[in-house]
Amino acid sequence: MPHFANIAVSILFDGLAYAMFLFITSVGLSVTMGLMGFVNLAHGAFAMAGGYIVVSLTRSLGIDFVPALAISSVTIGVASIPFERFLYRRLYRSTDLEQVLLTIGLAFMAIATATYFYGPIPKSVPLPEWLQGDVNLGFRYFPSYRAFLIVLGAALIAILWYAFERTNIGAKIRAAVDNRRMAESVGINVDLLFTLTFAVGSGLAALGGGLAIQLFGLSPSFAVIYLVLFLIVVAVGGLGSLKGTLLAALVLGVFDTGGKYLLADAGGFFIYAVTVAVLLIKPAGFYGRE
Amino acid sequence: MRMIGWLGLAALAFTVGGAAQAETVKVGVVLPFSGANADLGHQIDKAFDLYVKLHANDIAPNKVEIIKRDEGPPTGAVAKTVATELITNDKVQILTGFVFSPSAIALAPVVTQAKVPMVIANAGTAWITNLSPYIARLSFSMWHHGYPMGAYAHDKIGCKTAALAYTDFPPGKDSTEAFKTGFEKAGGKITDSIPMGSPVQVPDFTPFFQKVKDAKPDCMYVFIPSGAHATGVMKAYGELGMRKAGVKLIGPMDLIPDNKLQDMGDAAIGTVVMGNYAVDLDNADNKAFNAAWHKEYGKDSYPDFMSAAGWDTMHAIFDTIKKLNGKVDDGSKVIDAMKGWSANGPRGKVSIDAATRDIVQDERAMEVIRKPDGKLGIKVLGTTSAVKDECKELKIGRCGS
Amino acid sequence: MDTTSRERARERAAEYLLRRHRFRPAEALPWLIAIAVYFIFPDRMTFGSQVLIMVMFALSLDLILGYAGIVTLGHAAFFGIGAYTVGLAAARLHWNEPISGLFAAAIMAGLVGFITGWFLLRYRGLTLLMLTLATAIMLQETGNLRSDISGGYDGLPGLTFDPLLGKFDYDLYGHTYYLYVLAVLAVVFYFVRRIVYSPFGQALTGIRENVRRMHAIGSPVHRRLVTVYTIAAAIAGVAGALFTQTNAYVTLTVFDFDNSAKVMVMLILGGTGRLYGAFLGAVVYMVLEDYFSKLSPTFWQFGIGLMLVLAVLFARRGVLGLFESAGQYFSERKKS
Repeated sequence: MPHFANIAVSILFDGLAYAMFLFITSVGLSVTMGLMGFVNLAHGAFAMAGGYIVVSLTRSLGIDFVPALAISSVTIGVASIPFERFLYRRLYRSTDLEQVLLTIGLAFMAIATATYFYGPIPKSVPLPEWLQGDVNLGFRYFPSYRAFLIVLGAALIAILWYAFERTNIGAKIRAAVDNRRMAESVGINVDLLFTLTFAVGSGLAALGGGLAIQLFGLSPSFAVIYLVLFLIVVAVGGLGSLKGTLLAALVLGVFDTGGKYLLADAGGFFIYAVTVAVLLIKPAGFYGRE
Repeated sequence: MRMIGWLGLAALAFTVGGAAQAETVKVGVVLPFSGANADLGHQIDKAFDLYVKLHANDIAPNKVEIIKRDEGPPTGAVAKTVATELITNDKVQILTGFVFSPSAIALAPVVTQAKVPMVIANAGTAWITNLSPYIARLSFSMWHHGYPMGAYAHDKIGCKTAALAYTDFPPGKDSTEAFKTGFEKAGGKITDSIPMGSPVQVPDFTPFFQKVKDAKPDCMYVFIPSGAHATGVMKAYGELGMRKAGVKLIGPMDLIPDNKLQDMGDAAIGTVVMGNYAVDLDNADNKAFNAAWHKEYGKDSYPDFMSAAGWDTMHAIFDTIKKLNGKVDDGSKVIDAMKGWSANGPRGKVSIDAATRDIVQDERAMEVIRKPDGKLGIKVLGTTSAVKDECKELKIGRCGS
Repeated sequence: MDTTSRERARERAAEYLLRRHRFRPAEALPWLIAIAVYFIFPDRMTFGSQVLIMVMFALSLDLILGYAGIVTLGHAAFFGIGAYTVGLAAARLHWNEPISGLFAAAIMAGLVGFITGWFLLRYRGLTLLMLTLATAIMLQETGNLRSDISGGYDGLPGLTFDPLLGKFDYDLYGHTYYLYVLAVLAVVFYFVRRIVYSPFGQALTGIRENVRRMHAIGSPVHRRLVTVYTIAAAIAGVAGALFTQTNAYVTLTVFDFDNSAKVMVMLILGGTGRLYGAFLGAVVYMVLEDYFSKLSPTFWQFGIGLMLVLAVLFARRGVLGLFESAGQYFSERKKS
């Protein structure tokens, strides 16, 4: 392949894989914040918890990686329900600041708990044969794991899109994001919707956490270090919008990868510069509402 | 009557004199016990504890009292407050530990003013030992590994061209500059120098490595903080099939920390590093060290180069206490006693250079192989004895001051 | 209500408004305690200086968070700018005079505060949070880019500063430092107090409580916000400058998000919008952190998280709020 095209393909492929990770982990946060207006900074902690469960399942119980991912997502999704019902619910009408503080407090507690049980040393997971090494797509080789990320991401996007746009529940969620009071007066059980959305969002975060282990390693501080990234994706994409989160993840993922490849000196800069640029022009993000 | 008096007096003199002999030397240990770098602190702390436990009688009748404090994050401010208080409140006579260079840097003026020796067990920025006459170091400087690797890569591995990839913070720049100096001196050419983000977050290494792969140098010298970054590097290297593409992976031993090696899988096989320690090192002291470690901490726990440095640090401190008979109140005497100290340890023969107070040790080129028992291990390819810190020898940059 | 009691109520209200800004005897308490600490704990002066610096930092945040109601995640940026102004002046320009260093830091930090505030304060909520956070991180990245100037994460070591006013030198125990920081804190605090009780301060409270109404009555909201943001930035810059001076060292980690988060936690715990909340919160946090991280760092992190959760659920206005509620409760019981 000609050199320039080769670089472009590398950047696009790697950027796409990174974007998929960002999307999977952040979409739950976006919908939660858009739907419930609740700033949940413990989202990163849910992702971290999901990752640790995958570590335990694969290392201690010998379960394969992919089934472990599924089990972990469902477990965290279900486990998040009591948090929503008994803790978060009390603060739906509170100020942003109070929600920030409560959830940051929870995140700290989660980090300390993870440190206590797993220790501070970063963990990795054993991958099955077919996810290691690279795969030949004809014109060049690509790392298998990243190809897997892209395929998985695409599948999830399709499922979520279908659920949002074509099902009853999706319609109800969209209605509630648009105008909660109206939705309530039309008879939609908004409370149940919140719980359901929150559970799915947290489950997806756990999935993202499990997937991230191979990319970044997993240590207790994962919960706060990568939280900034998720918040950026959500802010740039617009709260409560599936399209927005996807677009933001793609833009940020590709820019970050491209920036690091082409201008490694200023690599980390790009993602923040793009964020500032977008937010200055469109404060509510790509598809957010004012 | 008088005889009894004299005997009594003599007896009294003996007891008083004898009691006065037994000193308790207070040693302040400053290591990160919390936060993202806690595992580094623990690796050194375990070595300290083990040495003190096994060798307490070496300095009898004197004793050592260890006071531990959290070094905090790599900003230097917490370490400075904590260590200053160790000196002023707890009245320690010796300070040791220090994983992060900023901590040692921040403390240099304090130890000079207080005249308390600071024996560094890890912090690796080359010019630290120049900052105060009370600083001695038992670990390494980036130049110990980087500089000899430059010549070795060119002469023995056959790298004519090399790319540098490093985490964008002072140790990264230090290490790659050391390699570059040695490599170019031997006739090699550096094709690219790629900073890879900050040490706080493990980045996705793929874009950086992809860039290197596309340029196809013979070798890629990588410096990253030991820990999660190391695993990330190996994964990216493997996924991109860089070994197949002909780009060899080399670096300092931070690249293959012993306690992460097993997780790295096949991608690691063939990596060549320059370092002072590996768990598999074949010398009597190391075998004894490993045996004692496993006995104390379980068979799944492994020491690494930081633990080995910690062990030697405590060894040097104990030997100095013994040499001075427990009288360690005069800091300059302690430092003088350390100059020229040498001993055998898990890393082979180590000594403290009298001129720079920095460590002099053997550097080994090591390759990752799969051992007959299926585990990943190290094969020593060659050893250079008594390597000094070339940055100070050649007076490069800040090392010259 | 008849005329006389209405008049009396009005009189009392007027008196309250007139007297609000006068110093109450209880206000001397924190200062007396600070001076007492100097005598009671002479060997913890290094730690004490850092606590006082955090108090100043939290105070600056209180101006924008507690009084103006602006939530930001990038306040550490101004602390960092102040810290580096002094650091670079000492390391590169060989400017070692401490007090002029404070002024320089205040000016630099205030300038950046003015510029960023002018652009960013048009936004609110998550947008503002992300913008301020991104700004702080970009400053840090820029510092790393030019680490030949900034020293990167190894920082600028071995800074020296001239003796204060030409006479008072610094000792190992940090006695001079402590009194120096305390004096600066007192000056800054007086200044902040004047602002808070002025009509300007009232306008800020108005903006915090009901910004639409403020717009409606024609109050120049944006200008006021930018002004207070600039002042808060300058004060944070002074805190940063003191940090560099007392440590004789500065690294890029002063810009860390951790710093912004920590100072916010301190302020919330103490109580926002109450001036002395900064004192209480910073002291309690630093002392507890020092104590618990010696015992067990993991438990410290868990403990602070738990405290935050409990504070939000049960003590929304911080410890001072609790005191106030208790005070109200008792005075009500007295009345009935």
